[in-house]
Amino acid sequence: MASTIRVRATSNGDTTEVQALIQHPMDSGFVKDAKGDIIPAHFIQELTFEYDGKAVFVADWGGGVSKDPYVKFAFKGGKKGDDLKVSWVDNKGATDTTTAKIQ
Amino acid sequence: MNARSAIPLASAALALLALAFVVPAATAADTVDPVADAKAFQKFFTDKFPKLKPEDFVNGPYSMNEDLHRQWEEKEQFPPYEFSLEAGKEMFTKPFKNGKSFEDCFPNKGIGIRQNYPYFDEKEGKVVTLELALNRCREASGEAPLSYVRDDMAALTAYMAFTSRGKPMDIKLPNDPRALEAYQQGKEYFYTRRGQLNFSCATCHVQSPGERIRAEVLAPALGILNAMPIYRSEWSGMGTTSRRFTTCNSQIRGVPLDPQADEYRDLEYYLSYVSNGLPISGPGARP
Repeated sequence: MASTIRVRATSNGDTTEVQALIQHPMDSGFVKDAKGDIIPAHFIQELTFEYDGKAVFVADWGGGVSKDPYVKFAFKGGKKGDDLKVSWVDNKGATDTTTAKIQ
Repeated sequence: MNARSAIPLASAALALLALAFVVPAATAADTVDPVADAKAFQKFFTDKFPKLKPEDFVNGPYSMNEDLHRQWEEKEQFPPYEFSLEAGKEMFTKPFKNGKSFEDCFPNKGIGIRQNYPYFDEKEGKVVTLELALNRCREASGEAPLSYVRDDMAALTAYMAFTSRGKPMDIKLPNDPRALEAYQQGKEYFYTRRGQLNFSCATCHVQSPGERIRAEVLAPALGILNAMPIYRSEWSGMGTTSRRFTTCNSQIRGVPLDPQADEYRDLEYYLSYVSNGLPISGPGARP
């Protein structure tokens, strides 16, 4: 299956700007389906961006975050050509990881 | 008594006479002239928004509002329809159980042909939309048709629109009175008021593009279908042209028709025809 994570990281020398889009239903657990049954909670709990073995961005998420979430941030450092590792873990224990080259 | 009633009678006769003269003139004015229609339709919008280039209109509300435009430019770097686009490409090329695929149903394997839909099928005597053609393709291969309003259908049309981006909308009106009638029916549907709010399509999308309806900015009717299908943040998902038409009808508190009902097919035909020449920009993203 194709990766659920899309990342783009661009460095301007001092800082690296990161954008990511993650495919995930992000069900809050409070919504009912057409039959009136509750759609069980299913959301990303932790999202991590690692650079050079160090976490540069960690998000503790819950059911309040939108479906297919989008993240944008910048961190100091980061060289062109280096790897940026992105991973998430959801409340059902599912996980996905991808590595992107900083451009 | 008799003399008194004779006067209204006479004037009634005069009025009838006048009517008799008016009627032929009225039918002449009703003659369908789609070429002039499209020209007038486009002129209305370019006059209303003199700063915009014709091809800007396909970006809907983003062409109407600067703030939105800036947000959109950022969004387009990472468009929310990307996942759908990828799914659409996979579905489009994946063979059915009988070995055929969507590629076999369309000219040029379905690449770069979005601008030719909907078209008037002279054999069937009706308008055939892209969504309809996709489902017919599935059925011809013994597959169950897809829902017209759900994500799978939108993914397919997204892929087809994406491969046709920038191509000018090119809807043909064959020399067939039925095609002209379909066009005219579509036009009538567009301008007819309906629903508890008594809105026509034109109330929002001709009279008020650029105005706000609650927090949202209304899109101009010109080029509105060029951007289909769309990812709507409000829906947190993709929407087809069918989904747009049916939800528009419920929002004005009318009863929506079935997706791909004849009226909607005609409407799509009319609306696409008057946007001829404007580039395909789908799949789009809307707030």
